[in-house]
Amino acid sequence: MSAEQEPTFDLAIVGAGPAGMAAAAMAAELKLSTVVLDEQPEPGGQIYRGIERMAASRPRHLEVLGPDYAAGLELTRAFRASAIEYRNGTQVWQAEPAGRIFFRRNGAAGIVRAKKILIAPGAMERPLPVPGWTLPGVLTCGAGQTVLKAHGLAPKGRFVLAGCGPLLLLLAAQLTRCGIKPAAILQTTFNRWAAAPHLPSFLGTPGYLIKGLGLLRELKAAGIPLYANVSQIAIQGETQARAVEFVCNGTTRTIEADTVFLHQGVIPNGNLAWSMNLDHRWDDVQRCYHPKLDAWGRSSNAAVLVAGDAGGIVGAKGAELMGHIAAAAAAVDLGRLGAEQASERTRDARRALNKQRAARPFLDHLYRPEQRWIAPPDADTIVCRCEEVRAGEIRKLVSEQNCPGPNQLKSFVRCGMGPCQGRLCGLTAIELIAETRGVPVSEVGYYRIRPPIKPVTIGDLATLDVPERNDAVHM
Amino acid sequence: MFKLLPDSPSERITVHVDGQAVSVPPGFTAAAAMLLHGTGSTRTTPVTGEPRAPYCMMGVCFECLLQIDGEPNQQGCLVTVAEGMRIERQLGKRKVDE
Ligand SMILES: Cc1cc2nc3c(=O)[nH]c(=O)nc-3n(C[C@H](O)[C@H](O)[C@H](O)COP(=O)(O)OP(=O)(O)OC[C@H]3O[C@@H](n4cnc5c(N)ncnc54)[C@H](O)[C@@H]3O)c2cc1C
Ligand code: FES
Repeated sequence: MSAEQEPTFDLAIVGAGPAGMAAAAMAAELKLSTVVLDEQPEPGGQIYRGIERMAASRPRHLEVLGPDYAAGLELTRAFRASAIEYRNGTQVWQAEPAGRIFFRRNGAAGIVRAKKILIAPGAMERPLPVPGWTLPGVLTCGAGQTVLKAHGLAPKGRFVLAGCGPLLLLLAAQLTRCGIKPAAILQTTFNRWAAAPHLPSFLGTPGYLIKGLGLLRELKAAGIPLYANVSQIAIQGETQARAVEFVCNGTTRTIEADTVFLHQGVIPNGNLAWSMNLDHRWDDVQRCYHPKLDAWGRSSNAAVLVAGDAGGIVGAKGAELMGHIAAAAAAVDLGRLGAEQASERTRDARRALNKQRAARPFLDHLYRPEQRWIAPPDADTIVCRCEEVRAGEIRKLVSEQNCPGPNQLKSFVRCGMGPCQGRLCGLTAIELIAETRGVPVSEVGYYRIRPPIKPVTIGDLATLDVPERNDAVHM
Repeated sequence: MFKLLPDSPSERITVHVDGQAVSVPPGFTAAAAMLLHGTGSTRTTPVTGEPRAPYCMMGVCFECLLQIDGEPNQQGCLVTVAEGMRIERQLGKRKVDE
């Protein structure tokens, strides 16, 4: 079908995680013609990955993953039952605020048009750049969880989890319930004193504390060694991870491991928002950039809304509520729902979202990574995995050649110019630059991200009415 | 590096990893097939030839670039396997435009 013949939707949603699914269900209720694009084969996003298939064919594994995961079934069913068009396996490589969205599906390029765009591309894990983190056998905790959920895969041999954050303990507990026990958990960050003042509002959010303590108790009962306040993590191995070395209480230890899962919290998966030129602000506690949004999810561009973790980390429940609220805002902006009606219809959701948000400061402070975990002290540690740029090289360029910011770093050493387009090195690069220059990170800025944000071949472009800035094609 | 949990469904399809036939459950991604059957690295880097393997399994890191059915630079963690699919390690391949 020629792209020109496609209808114009009222609303296009990018992402079918909790935020995108809830937004789609609400948009359908409000009678907006809606298309949902997601690169995964199934709906669910990161938290509910593979949930439909698991419920159908691996009910025993559903138990192991716990009630928070199983809760996604209801949302997924509501999404499937909604009168919207869902396109799975669809990778969005460019979204123009003016309403054209370019995608790749089954090896062919295509375009959809929409009056409003709601982006809900979710979160990714904050990199934990330590020596050896590029070795085969080193994955993120999220990857460990993804293969467990989507494929029923678990690590073979000895494995260690290292870093901080709720997901680290959750993966350890989920694998332990399968009878697959970690050799150790190495905890980097746990700022109980910085977090303490935020405890009252955290306690006001039902369930959070009980779940966290429950996981710790479960792991302790299973006899999993937990090393707290570790430093100087280094993964050893030539062509494959073999062991993890670290310092705990002044003692250097080495634990053999074939697989190492790293994690230090999640950050917005930001390339789509950046590529659309949305205004951003630096969040100094979460130590990442967020797109600037109003209470309804409207961005600095009138045609674009953002929901879920992509707008700043809110968690799965918060993402779902944001999606619901942002869809109502889109309907208001399209003149299909009165502002008062929208307030009325989303009152409960907005109240519940405030509760979810109230829990964040405690978690954000508790797991706010120390400088050594975000600006690697060891000169040889790789920062940009794609182009193999090391921490020492970046420090030197800044101090000796006056490289002032991340975009200049690109031209000096191609840092951030590989296929991942800076997703895995962006935050580390700006922390290193800021530290070396002795200025706040917010002064350093971020990479200029241009579409396409996913690899596009010349052949793809040839089949399309090519977007303006095709000079940025990188693969 | 990885194994299937007990209580996994028994249905399998055949794919070819570097020319060798292996069986994987349907619904697997190409990168997951490599984790189950590969040993160690799935690609080497174009810059220094370092060995690498899937890292994020959610489409952001591009460490899982594989040659799939003859086409290079495919994100293996986003490609669902099909019967007879040919999956190959990608050794030092550069980007298409270079
Ligand atoms: C790996 C991982 C595992 C996690 N596991 C848990 C957990 O077990 N429990 C928990 O409470 N929280 C977990 N989190 C946090 C959790 O992701 C969120 O709180 C929640 O899923 C956010 O929902 P969302 O709808 O904002 O985004 P997501 O659930 O991340 O959904 C975003 C969707 O957008 C799609 N997408 C992104 N970019 C594009 C593009 N360019 N084109 C097309 N589609 C695109 C993705 O495929 C994805 O399906 C996890 C986070 C990560 C990164
Ligand atoms: S493993 Fe990270 S993109 Fe596939």
